[in-house]
Amino acid sequence: MSAAASTTASPAPQEGVRARAVSKRFGTRPALRDVSFELAPGELVGIVGPNGAGKTTLLSILAGVLVPDAGELTGSGTSAGWVPQQPALYSKLSVSQNLRLFARLEKLADPEAAVARMLEQTGLAERADEEVGRLSGGNQQRVNIAIGLLSEPGVLLLDEPSASLDPRQRERLWQFISELTGRGTTVVFSTHDVAEVERYAGRVLLLADGELLFTGTPAELEQAVGGDPRDLEAALVRFLHQHGH
Amino acid sequence: MRWLLIKDLQILRRSPLLVGLLVVYPVAIALMIGFALSSPPAKPKVAFYDEVPRGKGTVSLGSQRLNVAAYASELLASIQPIRVHSRAAAIADVRDGRALAAVIIPAALPQQIQSLLTQGVGSPTVQVYVNARNPLERQFVQQAISSRINLVEQDVSKQVLRVAVNDLQEVLRGGTVQILGQRVQLLGLRNARTIVEGTLAALPANFPLRPALRQVVGFASLAIQGLGFASPVLGSIGSPLTVDERQVAGRTTPADAYAAAIAVIVSEMFVGMLLAAGMLAVERTEHAYPRLVRGLVAPGRLLAEKMVLAGGCAAAVTVVMAAFVSLFVHLEWARFELWLAALVLGGLAFGALGVAIGAVSREVSAASLFAFLVSLPVAFVALIPAGAVSGPLRTILDVIAFLFPFRPALEAISNAFSATSPGIGLPLVHLAVLALAFWVLATLAMRRFATR
Repeated sequence: MSAAASTTASPAPQEGVRARAVSKRFGTRPALRDVSFELAPGELVGIVGPNGAGKTTLLSILAGVLVPDAGELTGSGTSAGWVPQQPALYSKLSVSQNLRLFARLEKLADPEAAVARMLEQTGLAERADEEVGRLSGGNQQRVNIAIGLLSEPGVLLLDEPSASLDPRQRERLWQFISELTGRGTTVVFSTHDVAEVERYAGRVLLLADGELLFTGTPAELEQAVGGDPRDLEAALVRFLHQHGH
Repeated sequence: MRWLLIKDLQILRRSPLLVGLLVVYPVAIALMIGFALSSPPAKPKVAFYDEVPRGKGTVSLGSQRLNVAAYASELLASIQPIRVHSRAAAIADVRDGRALAAVIIPAALPQQIQSLLTQGVGSPTVQVYVNARNPLERQFVQQAISSRINLVEQDVSKQVLRVAVNDLQEVLRGGTVQILGQRVQLLGLRNARTIVEGTLAALPANFPLRPALRQVVGFASLAIQGLGFASPVLGSIGSPLTVDERQVAGRTTPADAYAAAIAVIVSEMFVGMLLAAGMLAVERTEHAYPRLVRGLVAPGRLLAEKMVLAGGCAAAVTVVMAAFVSLFVHLEWARFELWLAALVLGGLAFGALGVAIGAVSREVSAASLFAFLVSLPVAFVALIPAGAVSGPLRTILDVIAFLFPFRPALEAISNAFSATSPGIGLPLVHLAVLALAFWVLATLAMRRFATR
């Protein structure tokens, strides 16, 4: 992501997110159980938890891809920007063709300007005409994120955004996301990398077996288990043990 | 829908192998069909050995002689003969695969025919050896030989009857005939009766032989009358039946145009179904489907776009194919707008069936395989002739053929190709209904399977 590009971006609409008693089942298996939380505009929130905790399901419901069986949501849905875990791109199309397609489908007033802006912000302008299938996993993820940001949403939902990135790309990604939150964009991301949450997230949502076990700052989570304040991962594992997971 | 169509066309443009196959496949099929329809039927290679010695191949029939060798050579008209010089060589050719069959004219054939004609006993026999390794080849060569033998039999029979009728006429009218190389004067029944009647008139009224002579005149009159009927009766035996075929129902599409229609619709089915199923599966393998349907495109519109894309491509390639086929087979270009209507609606219906298949498949390879596996029996069921099966099975096959687009698409295009065919309105309505039905099924299937 290009830091220089931030000067050309306009402030995002100030939007928060509120979820109340959201539940979802897949067949007989509960994926989310009465999940409630509230996020302020411009917050950067990390969702953590073991595999199968319901992180992707929660993000998909916030994105409007899945419909909850029960509960209420405000401030999210199809108006939010959504970056799925696996790049949702057409590998046979070029970077700019992918961006242009989604800009047109989003019915943006000036699709070409939006494409140019995202190419600049993601630092992919020089590779605009390359087929996405030939890009590295990291660059594909950049395009994936760029599509989620095309409409300059007030809320951005990222499902494990740094999973396929190398450390330098990851650093750029978080710099870019920090700039977005600085402009008032609410960002919710899921991750398995607890260190990322510790470094960047203002708040943690800890899910296990579809239940929201904890919501607060990383420091509050460490305090809650009374462990080493420098080791969030150990605190998280202990917290899960304490709650029978 | 426009941007999705452009996107899919851009993807196709970057898939030259797929597009190449889509273009080359129907053109290749068209050329094969064209050559097959415009080429004369192939003659099977058959080893031929005539054991009848030179000069011994004639049969005496009354005052005439039949050349058996000439009739035997008629057999060669429907085969590609390999002339050999012994029975063993003929059989060896069949055994080694150089010939599909061997025809042997036995040395005794003229005597057998002579015996049958003069005494009514015996069974003239031509020997045929066939290679039984390939049942289709065996059937092909058997049909070629037996149909030609039937023609030869008819020719011999006509010739024998002609001789018999001629001889009867000579018995009736009299004249000069050749018997054992000698010219012999025949009196004839009519002349004989005239002579006896003249004799009777000249004899005294109480002449004792008058009653006997009157009996001779009476017999001669009856015989003249009877033989007068016999000639046309014998003449008619050679070809006793004439088939007067009249069409009261069903298609009147020429056979070659119908064959071309089958080739065109088989291609349209493959292109339409495989492309629709594959392009829909691409949305899922690229993980783009959830992103598209979260407010950007309604699932039904996405499926309609795939139908239009696949149907349009299938119609385009089959129009090209029909144009190629028309170089070999007479297809009526004056009815081009009907071709277009049939191919466009057929393409849409096949596209709809393809998206229904793509909706329940997660990957392109699975969707393609599924589409291929469905298409073959659908075509096969629709092509089974009406009289080939009966009872409940016929009803089941008819229902299956009715539920899939192949049969109505074939009816529409074969009727469109020829002005002598029935209209195409009904099959077009059938195709439109099927396209809608499969689109609805695909939409329901996407709701059920797509986000899993």
